[in-house]
Amino acid sequence: MYDTSDIRKGLKVLMDGNPFTVIEFQFVKPGKGAAFTRTKFKNLLTGAVFERNIRSGEKLEPANVETRDMQFLYREAGDLVFMDQTNYEQVSISIDLIGASHDLMKDNLPCTVVFFNERPVDVTIPTFVFLEVTASEPGVKGDTSGNVTKPATVETGAEVAVPLFIRVGDTIKIDTRTHEYVERVAK
Amino acid sequence: MSAAGARGRILAVNAGIAIIRGERGEVSVRAQPGWQAGDLVDDLTVVRAYDAGDYPGPKTEVARLPRPRLDALHGRAQALTALRAFFAAREFVEVETPLLVPSPGLEIHLDAVRAGGGYLITSPEYQMKRLLAGGFDKIYQVCKCFRGGERGPHHASEFTMVEWYRAFDHLDTIMKDMESLVHTVVRAVSHASTVKIGARTIDVTPPWPRLTVREAMKKWANVEIAGDEPAADLVAKVRRADVKVADGTAWDDAFFAAFLARVEPAIAALEHPMILEDWPAPLAALAKRKPADPLTALRFEAYVGGIELANAFGELTDPVEQRSRFEEDLRIRGERNREVYPIDEKLLAALAEGLPPSAGIALGFDRLVMLATGAASIDQVLSFTADEL
Repeated sequence: MYDTSDIRKGLKVLMDGNPFTVIEFQFVKPGKGAAFTRTKFKNLLTGAVFERNIRSGEKLEPANVETRDMQFLYREAGDLVFMDQTNYEQVSISIDLIGASHDLMKDNLPCTVVFFNERPVDVTIPTFVFLEVTASEPGVKGDTSGNVTKPATVETGAEVAVPLFIRVGDTIKIDTRTHEYVERVAK
Repeated sequence: MSAAGARGRILAVNAGIAIIRGERGEVSVRAQPGWQAGDLVDDLTVVRAYDAGDYPGPKTEVARLPRPRLDALHGRAQALTALRAFFAAREFVEVETPLLVPSPGLEIHLDAVRAGGGYLITSPEYQMKRLLAGGFDKIYQVCKCFRGGERGPHHASEFTMVEWYRAFDHLDTIMKDMESLVHTVVRAVSHASTVKIGARTIDVTPPWPRLTVREAMKKWANVEIAGDEPAADLVAKVRRADVKVADGTAWDDAFFAAFLARVEPAIAALEHPMILEDWPAPLAALAKRKPADPLTALRFEAYVGGIELANAFGELTDPVEQRSRFEEDLRIRGERNREVYPIDEKLLAALAEGLPPSAGIALGFDRLVMLATGAASIDQVLSFTADEL
């Protein structure tokens, strides 16, 4: 059993027969009052999110889920095909499970796949990916002020807003949580 | 340089962190278990690369503290200097009391950390009161305190407390001290009378607005607190205000359910600091009750932009009532399966000898530094968090 001090992002717990993962948590302790952990859970099957206060001393049941390191291989219709690097087993996973960041995934990208009862239920991709820009209009000279951006297409086909100085052939770092440009990787 | 497909040689490796010089001379840092210095590596994904001329030297990205953290730690040092000057100008004596004690704070909701056959203090309160009984009038202390299991944006298990006491003086004087101290420290660090909380700017110039706890609970939670109602009655009132509480909830838990759901978010959203005073007697802790109103304790708490900054008491000086409160707290701790600590008999003896009428306050120094530097988390104002050790 887990107690409140075990709560962290990604912890998998079983509640009412369903597997949940912790997506956010905050320790709360009013002066002279009882402590609890305000915890946001995501249902790994339905994606539904809810918040619960777990009091210090309360117990949580671990969910029988398996986490495997897998490599993204290729796209196939609405699915993405992954391979387990230890036994070369391949698994098809629906794009819906990955969400908006799927178009930032390049071949061989290392990912973490969560299985509940042998079924893939969650895919975590790296927070940052490094992709080459394959198409983008040149920036207008002189307009170098801070927040001006232009669209750019990267090697996976995804479109990302980038600063004006980015050119075709540059490699850029992208945050997969926000789909946003972070920085240019130095030449 | 293209990120993928680069090649290089590992210059140095320690604990899985490698410094690599790529084939074009750029130096980068990355982690890969199993690498050894001298290995030739292929297919580097460069996490952060420097041109050879920019290489920052032996302080790698791994050892180097990020800029905002360095700035916050400089701010922390300025805050400490300003704080000591503040108390020196008011002729307070700085004291140091032991951190390792046989009897830690007995508060119901705090867990002490065991060390060396005793406990680390959860607050220096008991020993500082013994100094007041021993003849000091105005004392302050800046020290580490330890509270097991506390970890959050405003909490660290090991943190720094500022406590000060005035013998023969009133809680109002302590309130004025607190407002001026915060204002002085904020000005010393940020050169302004305002603090930044996210997008908000909050002016901390004294005096700060005040409300009684009963007014605040009525205003924001729509709960009328008597202070002597049975727990079940308070649970019913809290439920009528649409806050969920379980049957059999204790008085203080029912209070905090409504307080945290309604009052604290409202105070956190204010564009100014707020002092909540006159706490209901069941939340008196070590505070004296008001002589003319025994349902109310001489206690206040100060909040700025969602941060609970300080808690102050008109100190309980009656050894008989103090003992009965200690015993009650220990009884509740036992009921809730929490460790039952020994009572500090030396403190009770000092009260019996005669603690002058006093007022005192505990202020979270890390939280004050958060305000002064605009940090969103306590982690940003600590040299190293527990996770970084």
